[in-house]
Amino acid sequence: MLDGRRAPRRMKNREYQQIDPQALATPPPRPPPEHMPKRARRKWEVFPGKNRFCCDGRIIVARQSGVLPLTLALIVLTSGLFFIFDCPFLVEHLTGCIPAIGGVLFVFVIISLLQTSFTDPGILPRATPEEAADIEKQIDNPTGLSSSYRPPPRTKEVVINQQVVKLKYCFTCKIFRPPRTSHCSLCDNCVERFDHHCPWVGNCVGKRNYRFFYTFIVSLSFLTAFIFGCATTHLALRSQGGNGLVVALQASPASALELVVCFFSVWSIVGLSGFHTYLVAANLTTNEDIKGSWSGKSGNEDVGNPYSYNSIIKNCCSVLCGPMPPSLIDRRGFVPSDDSVQTRPVEIELPAAKNDINMEKDCLDFALSCAG
Amino acid sequence: MSSAPRTATERTKLPYCHESFHNLQELRHSASLANKVFIQRDYTDGTVCKFQTKFPSELDSRIERTLFEDTVKTLNNYYAEAEKIGGQSYLEGCLACLTVYLIFLCIETRYEKVLKKISRYIQEQNEKVYAPRGLLITDPIERGMRVIEISVYEDRGSSGSSSGSSTTSSSGR
Repeated sequence: MLDGRRAPRRMKNREYQQIDPQALATPPPRPPPEHMPKRARRKWEVFPGKNRFCCDGRIIVARQSGVLPLTLALIVLTSGLFFIFDCPFLVEHLTGCIPAIGGVLFVFVIISLLQTSFTDPGILPRATPEEAADIEKQIDNPTGLSSSYRPPPRTKEVVINQQVVKLKYCFTCKIFRPPRTSHCSLCDNCVERFDHHCPWVGNCVGKRNYRFFYTFIVSLSFLTAFIFGCATTHLALRSQGGNGLVVALQASPASALELVVCFFSVWSIVGLSGFHTYLVAANLTTNEDIKGSWSGKSGNEDVGNPYSYNSIIKNCCSVLCGPMPPSLIDRRGFVPSDDSVQTRPVEIELPAAKNDINMEKDCLDFALSCAG
Repeated sequence: MSSAPRTATERTKLPYCHESFHNLQELRHSASLANKVFIQRDYTDGTVCKFQTKFPSELDSRIERTLFEDTVKTLNNYYAEAEKIGGQSYLEGCLACLTVYLIFLCIETRYEKVLKKISRYIQEQNEKVYAPRGLLITDPIERGMRVIEISVYEDRGSSGSSSGSSTTSSSGR
Protein backbone atom coordinates (compact mmCIF):
# COMPACT_ATOMS: atom_id res chain seq x y z
CA MET A 1 0.00 0.00 0.00
CA LEU A 2 1.25 3.38 -0.86
CA ASP A 3 2.13 5.48 2.18
CA GLY A 4 1.10 8.96 1.15
CA ARG A 5 2.95 10.65 3.98
CA ARG A 6 6.32 9.04 3.34
CA ALA A 7 6.36 8.89 -0.46
CA PRO A 8 6.64 12.62 -1.34
CA ARG A 9 9.60 13.10 1.04
CA ARG A 10 11.40 10.13 -0.54
CA MET A 11 10.56 11.43 -3.98
CA LYS A 12 12.01 14.81 -3.05
CA ASN A 13 15.19 13.18 -1.72
CA ARG A 14 15.45 11.01 -4.78
CA GLU A 15 15.02 13.91 -7.15
CA TYR A 16 17.68 15.85 -5.29
CA GLN A 17 20.04 12.89 -5.53
CA GLN A 18 19.38 12.42 -9.21
CA ILE A 19 20.34 15.90 -10.28
CA ASP A 20 23.10 16.46 -7.77
CA PRO A 21 26.38 15.80 -9.65
CA GLN A 22 28.23 15.44 -6.35
CA ALA A 23 26.44 12.14 -5.73
CA LEU A 24 28.54 10.65 -8.48
CA ALA A 25 31.34 8.50 -7.09
CA THR A 26 33.65 8.91 -10.07
CA PRO A 27 35.83 12.01 -10.34
CA PRO A 28 34.86 14.45 -13.08
CA PRO A 29 36.24 13.34 -16.43
CA ARG A 30 37.43 16.73 -17.59
CA PRO A 31 40.90 17.00 -15.96
CA PRO A 32 42.46 13.76 -17.37
CA PRO A 33 42.03 14.67 -21.05
CA GLU A 34 43.47 18.10 -20.36
CA HIS A 35 46.54 16.57 -18.75
CA MET A 36 47.10 14.01 -21.53
CA PRO A 37 48.21 16.29 -24.39
CA LYS A 38 50.92 17.74 -22.14
CA ARG A 39 52.80 14.43 -21.92
CA ALA A 40 53.88 13.25 -25.35
CA ARG A 41 53.77 9.48 -25.55
CA ARG A 42 56.14 7.30 -27.49
CA LYS A 43 54.79 4.91 -30.09
CA TRP A 44 55.79 1.80 -28.16
CA GLU A 45 53.34 2.78 -25.41
CA VAL A 46 50.42 2.57 -27.84
CA PHE A 47 51.68 -0.43 -29.82
CA PRO A 48 48.70 -2.69 -30.62
CA GLY A 49 50.56 -6.02 -30.71
CA LYS A 50 51.25 -8.25 -27.72
CA ASN A 51 54.93 -7.36 -27.39
CA ARG A 52 56.52 -5.90 -24.31
CA PHE A 53 59.11 -3.13 -24.32
CA CYS A 54 62.02 -2.24 -22.07
CA CYS A 55 64.43 0.66 -21.74
CA ASP A 56 61.90 3.18 -23.08
CA GLY A 57 61.30 1.20 -26.27
CA ARG A 58 64.88 0.26 -27.10
CA ILE A 59 64.34 -3.44 -26.38
CA ILE A 60 61.39 -5.48 -27.72
CA VAL A 61 60.36 -8.93 -26.51
CA ALA A 62 57.33 -11.15 -27.10
CA ARG A 63 54.61 -11.15 -24.47
CA GLN A 64 55.58 -14.53 -23.14
CA SER A 65 59.32 -14.77 -22.80
CA GLY A 66 58.88 -18.50 -23.27
CA VAL A 67 61.81 -20.46 -22.03
CA LEU A 68 64.42 -17.76 -22.70
CA PRO A 69 65.48 -17.67 -19.02
CA LEU A 70 65.90 -21.46 -19.13
CA THR A 71 67.96 -21.24 -22.33
CA LEU A 72 70.21 -18.60 -20.80
CA ALA A 73 70.54 -20.51 -17.55
CA LEU A 74 71.48 -23.75 -19.29
CA ILE A 75 74.09 -22.09 -21.44
CA VAL A 76 75.62 -20.01 -18.65
CA LEU A 77 75.59 -22.90 -16.17
CA THR A 78 77.14 -25.45 -18.50
CA SER A 79 79.75 -23.00 -19.76
CA GLY A 80 80.47 -21.88 -16.21
CA LEU A 81 81.06 -25.44 -15.07
CA PHE A 82 83.32 -25.95 -18.08
CA PHE A 83 85.45 -22.90 -17.33
CA ILE A 84 85.71 -23.63 -13.60
CA PHE A 85 86.31 -27.39 -13.57
CA ASP A 86 87.53 -28.51 -16.98
CA CYS A 87 89.69 -25.66 -18.15
CA PRO A 88 92.33 -25.68 -15.36
CA PHE A 89 92.97 -29.38 -15.86
CA LEU A 90 93.06 -29.14 -19.65
CA VAL A 91 95.27 -26.06 -19.69
CA GLU A 92 97.72 -27.92 -17.50
CA HIS A 93 97.68 -31.11 -19.54
CA LEU A 94 96.96 -29.92 -23.06
CA THR A 95 97.03 -26.33 -24.24
CA GLY A 96 96.04 -22.85 -23.14
CA CYS A 97 93.99 -22.32 -26.29
CA ILE A 98 91.08 -24.25 -24.87
CA PRO A 99 89.60 -21.56 -22.62
CA ALA A 100 90.28 -18.97 -25.33
CA ILE A 101 88.30 -20.89 -27.94
CA GLY A 102 85.61 -21.63 -25.39
CA GLY A 103 85.46 -17.97 -24.41
CA VAL A 104 85.05 -16.77 -28.00
CA LEU A 105 82.31 -19.31 -28.68
CA PHE A 106 80.53 -18.42 -25.44
CA VAL A 107 80.58 -14.69 -26.27
CA PHE A 108 79.22 -15.41 -29.77
CA VAL A 109 76.42 -17.54 -28.36
CA ILE A 110 75.29 -15.12 -25.68
CA ILE A 111 75.43 -11.99 -27.84
CA SER A 112 73.63 -13.55 -30.78
CA LEU A 113 71.00 -15.02 -28.45
CA LEU A 114 70.29 -11.64 -26.88
CA GLN A 115 70.18 -10.00 -30.29
CA THR A 116 67.72 -12.58 -31.58
CA SER A 117 65.49 -12.10 -28.55
CA PHE A 118 65.54 -8.34 -28.36
CA THR A 119 65.49 -7.30 -32.02
CA ASP A 120 62.34 -6.44 -33.90
CA PRO A 121 61.94 -9.44 -36.25
CA GLY A 122 60.40 -7.38 -39.03
CA ILE A 123 57.02 -6.45 -37.61
CA LEU A 124 54.71 -4.70 -40.06
CA PRO A 125 52.78 -1.84 -38.48
CA ARG A 126 49.02 -2.05 -38.80
CA ALA A 127 47.19 -0.08 -41.45
CA THR A 128 46.01 3.44 -40.67
CA PRO A 129 42.21 3.85 -40.81
CA GLU A 130 42.40 5.64 -44.17
CA GLU A 131 44.52 2.87 -45.66
CA ALA A 132 42.15 0.20 -44.41
CA ALA A 133 39.17 2.09 -45.86
CA ASP A 134 40.95 2.42 -49.20
CA ILE A 135 41.59 -1.33 -49.33
CA GLU A 136 37.96 -2.04 -48.39
CA LYS A 137 36.80 0.09 -51.30
CA GLN A 138 38.95 -1.86 -53.72
CA ILE A 139 37.66 -5.24 -52.60
CA ASP A 140 34.31 -6.36 -53.99
CA ASN A 141 31.82 -7.37 -51.36
CA PRO A 142 28.76 -8.50 -53.37
CA THR A 143 26.78 -9.75 -50.39
CA GLY A 144 27.04 -6.34 -48.71
CA LEU A 145 26.60 -7.80 -45.23
CA SER A 146 27.27 -5.86 -42.05
CA SER A 147 30.67 -5.77 -40.43
CA SER A 148 29.73 -8.31 -37.77
CA TYR A 149 29.81 -11.09 -40.36
CA ARG A 150 33.31 -11.92 -41.53
CA PRO A 151 33.38 -12.01 -45.33
CA PRO A 152 35.12 -14.89 -47.13
CA PRO A 153 38.93 -14.79 -47.03
CA ARG A 154 40.25 -12.11 -49.34
CA THR A 155 43.18 -12.93 -51.57
CA LYS A 156 45.06 -11.12 -54.27
CA GLU A 157 47.19 -12.89 -56.84
CA VAL A 158 50.50 -11.63 -58.06
CA VAL A 159 53.02 -13.15 -60.45
CA ILE A 160 56.55 -13.31 -59.11
CA ASN A 161 59.21 -14.81 -61.34
CA GLN A 162 56.63 -16.67 -63.47
CA GLN A 163 55.07 -18.12 -60.34
CA VAL A 164 51.58 -17.28 -59.11
CA VAL A 165 51.67 -16.22 -55.47
CA LYS A 166 48.52 -15.60 -53.42
CA LEU A 167 48.60 -12.65 -51.04
CA LYS A 168 46.20 -13.04 -48.16
CA TYR A 169 44.35 -10.29 -46.34
CA CYS A 170 45.09 -10.00 -42.64
CA PHE A 171 41.93 -9.18 -40.68
CA THR A 172 43.86 -8.05 -37.62
CA CYS A 173 46.33 -5.75 -39.30
CA LYS A 174 43.92 -4.80 -42.11
CA ILE A 175 46.49 -5.16 -44.87
CA PHE A 176 47.23 -7.52 -47.70
CA ARG A 177 50.26 -9.37 -46.45
CA PRO A 178 53.35 -8.94 -48.62
CA PRO A 179 54.86 -12.18 -49.97
CA ARG A 180 56.51 -14.36 -47.33
CA THR A 181 54.83 -12.44 -44.53
CA SER A 182 52.81 -14.28 -41.92
CA HIS A 183 50.80 -13.29 -38.88
CA CYS A 184 52.12 -14.62 -35.58
CA SER A 185 49.22 -15.32 -33.25
CA LEU A 186 51.43 -15.32 -30.14
CA CYS A 187 52.77 -11.84 -30.78
CA ASP A 188 49.67 -10.66 -32.70
CA ASN A 189 51.78 -9.07 -35.44
CA CYS A 190 52.42 -9.62 -39.11
CA VAL A 191 56.12 -10.39 -39.50
CA GLU A 192 58.03 -10.08 -42.77
CA ARG A 193 59.76 -13.21 -44.07
CA PHE A 194 58.27 -15.07 -41.11
CA ASP A 195 60.30 -18.14 -40.23
CA HIS A 196 58.82 -19.34 -36.94
CA HIS A 197 58.12 -18.24 -33.38
CA CYS A 198 60.91 -19.66 -31.26
CA PRO A 199 60.00 -20.25 -27.59
CA TRP A 200 63.66 -20.91 -26.66
CA VAL A 201 64.52 -17.44 -27.79
CA GLY A 202 61.24 -15.86 -26.72
CA ASN A 203 60.63 -14.00 -30.00
CA CYS A 204 59.59 -14.49 -33.61
CA VAL A 205 62.34 -15.18 -36.13
CA GLY A 206 61.82 -13.06 -39.22
CA LYS A 207 63.56 -10.97 -41.81
CA ARG A 208 65.52 -8.74 -39.45
CA ASN A 209 66.77 -11.24 -36.91
CA TYR A 210 67.16 -14.40 -38.96
CA ARG A 211 70.92 -13.89 -39.33
CA PHE A 212 71.25 -13.46 -35.55
CA PHE A 213 69.26 -16.65 -35.01
CA TYR A 214 71.40 -18.57 -37.50
CA THR A 215 74.61 -17.31 -35.88
CA PHE A 216 73.19 -18.34 -32.51
CA ILE A 217 72.38 -21.94 -33.45
CA VAL A 218 75.61 -22.47 -35.40
CA SER A 219 77.82 -21.09 -32.65
CA LEU A 220 75.79 -23.01 -30.05
CA SER A 221 76.38 -26.25 -31.99
CA PHE A 222 80.10 -25.56 -31.96
CA LEU A 223 80.06 -24.63 -28.28
CA THR A 224 78.06 -27.71 -27.28
CA ALA A 225 80.26 -30.00 -29.33
CA PHE A 226 83.38 -28.30 -27.95
CA ILE A 227 82.31 -28.63 -24.31
CA PHE A 228 81.27 -32.23 -24.93
CA GLY A 229 84.66 -32.98 -26.45
CA CYS A 230 86.58 -31.23 -23.68
CA ALA A 231 84.62 -32.91 -20.90
CA THR A 232 85.19 -36.31 -22.49
CA THR A 233 88.90 -35.57 -22.90
CA HIS A 234 89.09 -34.43 -19.30
CA LEU A 235 87.50 -37.58 -17.96
CA ALA A 236 89.54 -39.75 -20.28
CA LEU A 237 92.79 -38.15 -19.17
CA ARG A 238 91.85 -38.47 -15.51
CA SER A 239 90.95 -42.14 -15.80
CA GLN A 240 94.11 -42.92 -17.78
CA GLY A 241 96.40 -42.91 -14.77
CA GLY A 242 95.12 -46.32 -13.73
CA ASN A 243 92.39 -44.80 -11.58
CA GLY A 244 89.40 -45.85 -13.63
CA LEU A 245 86.36 -43.94 -14.77
CA VAL A 246 84.53 -44.00 -11.44
CA VAL A 247 87.38 -42.24 -9.64
CA ALA A 248 87.59 -39.70 -12.43
CA LEU A 249 83.86 -39.00 -12.11
CA GLN A 250 84.17 -38.59 -8.37
CA ALA A 251 87.04 -36.17 -8.83
CA SER A 252 85.12 -34.05 -11.34
CA PRO A 253 81.35 -34.52 -11.07
CA ALA A 254 80.77 -31.27 -12.96
CA SER A 255 82.15 -32.86 -16.10
CA ALA A 256 79.57 -35.60 -15.82
CA LEU A 257 76.78 -33.03 -15.64
CA GLU A 258 78.21 -31.21 -18.67
CA LEU A 259 78.36 -34.47 -20.57
CA VAL A 260 74.73 -35.22 -19.91
CA VAL A 261 73.50 -31.75 -20.88
CA CYS A 262 75.66 -31.58 -23.99
CA PHE A 263 74.87 -35.09 -25.10
CA PHE A 264 71.14 -34.42 -25.20
CA SER A 265 71.40 -30.96 -26.69
CA VAL A 266 74.06 -31.56 -29.32
CA TRP A 267 71.82 -33.81 -31.42
CA SER A 268 68.91 -31.40 -31.55
CA ILE A 269 71.02 -28.27 -32.01
CA VAL A 270 73.30 -29.70 -34.65
CA GLY A 271 70.24 -31.10 -36.39
CA LEU A 272 68.55 -27.70 -36.28
CA SER A 273 71.68 -25.98 -37.63
CA GLY A 274 71.83 -28.45 -40.48
CA PHE A 275 68.17 -27.88 -41.27
CA HIS A 276 68.56 -24.10 -41.28
CA THR A 277 71.71 -24.35 -43.41
CA TYR A 278 69.59 -26.17 -45.97
CA LEU A 279 66.90 -23.47 -45.72
CA VAL A 280 69.46 -20.70 -46.19
CA ALA A 281 70.99 -22.43 -49.20
CA ALA A 282 67.55 -22.84 -50.78
CA ASN A 283 66.31 -19.39 -49.67
CA LEU A 284 63.30 -20.91 -47.89
CA THR A 285 61.66 -20.20 -44.56
CA THR A 286 60.60 -22.82 -42.02
CA ASN A 287 57.02 -21.71 -42.57
CA GLU A 288 57.22 -22.36 -46.33
CA ASP A 289 59.03 -25.64 -45.85
CA ILE A 290 56.45 -26.98 -43.40
CA LYS A 291 53.53 -25.91 -45.56
CA GLY A 292 55.22 -27.28 -48.67
CA SER A 293 54.49 -24.07 -50.57
CA TRP A 294 57.15 -24.68 -53.21
CA SER A 295 57.78 -28.39 -53.11
CA GLY A 296 54.77 -29.44 -55.12
CA LYS A 297 53.03 -31.25 -52.27
CA SER A 298 49.74 -29.64 -53.23
CA GLY A 299 49.84 -31.60 -56.46
CA ASN A 300 51.00 -28.83 -58.75
CA GLU A 301 54.19 -29.98 -60.44
CA ASP A 302 55.15 -26.60 -61.84
CA VAL A 303 56.01 -24.93 -58.56
CA GLY A 304 59.46 -23.82 -57.64
CA ASN A 305 60.70 -21.24 -55.15
CA PRO A 306 60.37 -17.87 -56.92
CA TYR A 307 62.63 -16.13 -54.42
CA SER A 308 65.63 -18.41 -54.92
CA TYR A 309 68.56 -17.19 -57.01
CA ASN A 310 69.22 -20.79 -58.09
CA SER A 311 72.75 -20.57 -56.75
CA ILE A 312 73.66 -21.76 -53.27
CA ILE A 313 76.31 -19.10 -52.75
CA LYS A 314 74.04 -16.28 -53.87
CA ASN A 315 71.20 -17.54 -51.68
CA CYS A 316 73.47 -17.73 -48.64
CA CYS A 317 74.88 -14.29 -49.29
CA SER A 318 71.49 -12.68 -49.79
CA VAL A 319 70.03 -14.19 -46.62
CA LEU A 320 73.01 -13.78 -44.29
CA CYS A 321 75.03 -10.96 -45.77
CA GLY A 322 72.30 -8.88 -47.35
CA PRO A 323 71.60 -5.31 -46.25
CA MET A 324 70.01 -4.92 -42.84
CA PRO A 325 66.48 -3.54 -43.29
CA PRO A 326 65.28 -0.90 -40.83
CA SER A 327 62.67 -1.43 -38.16
CA LEU A 328 59.28 -0.31 -39.46
CA ILE A 329 57.52 0.22 -36.17
CA ASP A 330 59.51 3.24 -34.96
CA ARG A 331 59.20 2.34 -31.30
CA ARG A 332 60.77 5.47 -29.89
CA GLY A 333 58.99 7.96 -32.10
CA PHE A 334 56.35 10.19 -30.55
CA VAL A 335 52.65 9.66 -31.06
CA PRO A 336 51.14 12.57 -33.03
CA SER A 337 49.00 14.84 -30.82
CA ASP A 338 45.77 14.01 -32.77
CA ASP A 339 45.51 10.65 -30.98
CA SER A 340 45.06 12.12 -27.49
CA VAL A 341 41.89 13.96 -28.54
CA GLN A 342 40.11 10.77 -29.57
CA THR A 343 39.78 9.47 -26.03
CA ARG A 344 37.66 12.42 -24.88
CA PRO A 345 34.22 11.32 -26.11
CA VAL A 346 34.59 7.94 -24.42
CA GLU A 347 35.13 9.44 -20.98
CA ILE A 348 32.13 11.76 -21.15
CA GLU A 349 29.73 8.83 -21.52
CA LEU A 350 30.53 7.47 -18.07
CA PRO A 351 28.54 9.95 -15.94
CA ALA A 352 25.40 9.23 -17.96
CA ALA A 353 25.74 5.54 -17.24
CA LYS A 354 26.28 6.23 -13.55
CA ASN A 355 23.17 8.41 -13.50
CA ASP A 356 21.12 5.54 -14.89
CA ILE A 357 22.43 3.15 -12.28
CA ASN A 358 21.57 5.54 -9.44
CA MET A 359 18.12 6.07 -10.84
CA GLU A 360 17.53 2.36 -11.13
CA LYS A 361 18.66 1.83 -7.57
CA ASP A 362 16.43 4.60 -6.32
CA CYS A 363 13.44 3.24 -8.19
CA LEU A 364 14.07 -0.13 -6.65
CA ASP A 365 14.27 1.41 -3.16
CA PHE A 366 11.05 3.27 -3.81
CA ALA A 367 9.32 0.12 -5.04
CA LEU A 368 10.48 -1.78 -1.96
CA SER A 369 9.35 0.99 0.36
CA CYS A 370 5.94 0.99 -1.31
CA ALA A 371 5.65 -2.76 -0.92
CA GLY A 372 6.75 -2.61 2.71
CA MET B 1 33.06 31.91 -55.67
CA SER B 2 34.78 30.99 -58.96
CA SER B 3 35.03 27.34 -59.95
CA ALA B 4 38.27 25.54 -59.14
CA PRO B 5 40.82 25.26 -61.96
CA ARG B 6 40.69 21.85 -63.58
CA THR B 7 44.24 21.34 -64.78
CA ALA B 8 47.53 21.70 -62.99
CA THR B 9 48.78 24.29 -65.48
CA GLU B 10 45.75 26.48 -64.88
CA ARG B 11 46.40 26.21 -61.18
CA THR B 12 49.98 27.38 -61.42
CA LYS B 13 48.87 30.51 -63.24
CA LEU B 14 46.67 31.61 -60.35
CA PRO B 15 48.18 34.19 -58.02
CA TYR B 16 47.11 32.41 -54.84
CA CYS B 17 48.96 29.32 -55.87
CA HIS B 18 52.32 30.85 -55.18
CA GLU B 19 51.20 32.80 -52.14
CA SER B 20 49.17 30.25 -50.19
CA PHE B 21 50.69 26.95 -51.19
CA HIS B 22 54.29 27.85 -51.73
CA ASN B 23 55.00 27.17 -48.09
CA LEU B 24 54.33 23.62 -46.89
CA GLN B 25 53.22 24.90 -43.49
CA GLU B 26 50.64 27.12 -45.11
CA LEU B 27 49.37 24.17 -47.10
CA ARG B 28 48.52 22.41 -43.88
CA HIS B 29 46.93 25.45 -42.25
CA SER B 30 45.05 27.14 -45.07
CA ALA B 31 43.87 24.04 -46.90
CA SER B 32 41.72 21.18 -45.70
CA LEU B 33 42.33 17.54 -46.40
CA ALA B 34 39.99 16.24 -49.06
CA ASN B 35 41.23 12.78 -49.83
CA LYS B 36 44.16 10.40 -49.53
CA VAL B 37 45.44 8.40 -52.45
CA PHE B 38 47.49 5.27 -51.80
CA ILE B 39 50.10 3.92 -54.19
CA GLN B 40 50.49 0.22 -53.42
CA ARG B 41 53.55 -1.96 -53.63
CA ASP B 42 54.52 -3.79 -56.79
CA TYR B 43 55.53 -7.37 -55.92
CA THR B 44 56.27 -8.67 -59.41
CA ASP B 45 60.01 -8.60 -58.72
CA GLY B 46 59.73 -10.41 -55.40
CA THR B 47 60.00 -8.93 -51.96
CA VAL B 48 62.17 -5.96 -52.95
CA CYS B 49 60.65 -2.58 -52.16
CA LYS B 50 59.05 -1.24 -55.33
CA PHE B 51 55.92 0.83 -55.86
CA GLN B 52 53.42 0.69 -58.71
CA THR B 53 53.89 3.40 -61.29
CA LYS B 54 50.28 3.20 -62.47
CA PHE B 55 48.81 6.72 -62.43
CA PRO B 56 45.80 6.90 -60.06
CA SER B 57 42.66 8.43 -61.54
CA GLU B 58 42.07 10.67 -58.50
CA LEU B 59 45.17 12.69 -59.36
CA ASP B 60 44.15 13.15 -62.98
CA SER B 61 43.28 16.82 -62.59
CA ARG B 62 45.94 17.66 -60.06
CA ILE B 63 49.32 16.72 -61.48
CA GLU B 64 50.93 15.74 -64.76
CA ARG B 65 51.40 12.04 -65.32
CA THR B 66 55.10 12.38 -66.17
CA LEU B 67 55.93 14.24 -62.96
CA PHE B 68 54.20 11.62 -60.87
CA GLU B 69 55.86 8.73 -62.68
CA ASP B 70 59.26 10.37 -62.36
CA THR B 71 58.82 10.66 -58.61
CA VAL B 72 57.79 7.03 -58.18
CA LYS B 73 60.55 5.75 -60.47
CA THR B 74 63.18 7.75 -58.61
CA LEU B 75 61.92 6.38 -55.30
CA ASN B 76 62.02 2.84 -56.72
CA ASN B 77 65.60 3.39 -57.82
CA TYR B 78 66.58 4.61 -54.36
CA TYR B 79 65.06 1.54 -52.73
CA ALA B 80 66.75 -0.75 -55.25
CA GLU B 81 70.06 0.91 -54.39
CA ALA B 82 69.44 0.37 -50.67
CA GLU B 83 68.60 -3.30 -51.11
CA LYS B 84 71.23 -4.08 -53.71
CA ILE B 85 73.24 -7.21 -53.01
CA GLY B 86 76.75 -6.60 -54.20
CA GLY B 87 80.32 -6.11 -53.07
CA GLN B 88 79.63 -3.45 -50.47
CA SER B 89 76.76 -5.28 -48.84
CA TYR B 90 78.80 -8.50 -48.64
CA LEU B 91 81.64 -6.61 -46.98
CA GLU B 92 79.23 -5.04 -44.51
CA GLY B 93 77.61 -8.41 -43.83
CA CYS B 94 80.86 -10.30 -43.27
CA LEU B 95 82.29 -7.58 -41.05
CA ALA B 96 79.07 -7.56 -39.07
CA CYS B 97 79.18 -11.33 -38.67
CA LEU B 98 82.75 -11.23 -37.37
CA THR B 99 81.84 -8.65 -34.75
CA VAL B 100 78.69 -10.62 -33.78
CA TYR B 101 76.60 -7.84 -35.35
CA LEU B 102 77.62 -5.40 -32.64
CA ILE B 103 78.77 -3.14 -35.43
CA PHE B 104 75.12 -2.36 -36.20
CA LEU B 105 74.96 -0.51 -32.89
CA CYS B 106 77.87 1.73 -33.83
CA ILE B 107 77.72 2.59 -37.53
CA GLU B 108 74.93 3.65 -39.81
CA THR B 109 74.11 0.96 -42.35
CA ARG B 110 73.89 1.68 -46.05
CA TYR B 111 70.13 1.18 -45.93
CA GLU B 112 69.77 3.90 -43.30
CA LYS B 113 71.90 6.28 -45.33
CA VAL B 114 69.72 5.72 -48.40
CA LEU B 115 66.57 6.21 -46.30
CA LYS B 116 67.87 9.64 -45.30
CA LYS B 117 68.47 10.47 -48.96
CA ILE B 118 64.92 9.36 -49.72
CA SER B 119 63.37 11.55 -47.06
CA ARG B 120 65.38 14.55 -48.33
CA TYR B 121 64.20 13.80 -51.86
CA ILE B 122 60.56 13.57 -50.76
CA GLN B 123 60.86 16.83 -48.84
CA GLU B 124 62.30 18.51 -51.93
CA GLN B 125 59.60 17.07 -54.20
CA ASN B 126 56.91 18.22 -51.81
CA GLU B 127 58.25 21.75 -51.78
CA LYS B 128 58.86 22.11 -55.49
CA VAL B 129 56.28 19.96 -57.24
CA TYR B 130 53.50 18.72 -54.98
CA ALA B 131 52.70 21.52 -52.54
CA PRO B 132 52.06 24.08 -55.34
CA ARG B 133 49.48 21.61 -56.65
CA GLY B 134 47.85 21.09 -53.28
CA LEU B 135 49.31 17.61 -52.74
CA LEU B 136 51.59 16.15 -50.09
CA ILE B 137 53.58 12.92 -50.18
CA THR B 138 54.13 10.99 -46.96
CA ASP B 139 57.42 9.10 -46.70
CA PRO B 140 56.64 5.37 -47.11
CA ILE B 141 58.75 4.51 -44.05
CA GLU B 142 56.08 6.16 -41.90
CA ARG B 143 53.51 3.75 -43.33
CA GLY B 144 55.59 0.62 -42.89
CA MET B 145 56.90 0.75 -46.49
CA ARG B 146 53.51 -0.52 -47.64
CA VAL B 147 52.17 2.49 -49.50
CA ILE B 148 53.06 5.93 -50.76
CA GLU B 149 50.35 8.09 -49.23
CA ILE B 150 49.48 11.22 -51.20
CA SER B 151 47.24 13.65 -49.34
CA VAL B 152 45.03 15.74 -51.58
CA TYR B 153 44.16 19.17 -50.21
CA GLU B 154 41.39 21.49 -51.27
CA ASP B 155 41.82 25.19 -50.62
CA ARG B 156 39.22 26.69 -48.32
CA GLY B 157 38.58 29.68 -50.58
CA SER B 158 40.42 32.79 -51.71
CA SER B 159 39.11 34.88 -48.80
CA GLY B 160 41.57 33.23 -46.50
CA SER B 161 39.28 32.95 -43.46
CA SER B 162 38.86 29.41 -42.26
CA SER B 163 35.29 28.28 -41.84
CA GLY B 164 36.00 25.89 -39.01
CA SER B 165 34.20 22.97 -40.58
CA SER B 166 36.16 20.31 -42.32
CA THR B 167 33.75 19.63 -45.18
CA THR B 168 35.41 20.32 -48.48
CA SER B 169 32.74 19.61 -51.01
CA SER B 170 31.32 23.11 -50.90
CA SER B 171 34.62 24.95 -51.25
CA GLY B 172 35.65 26.20 -54.63
CA ARG B 173 32.98 24.39 -56.63
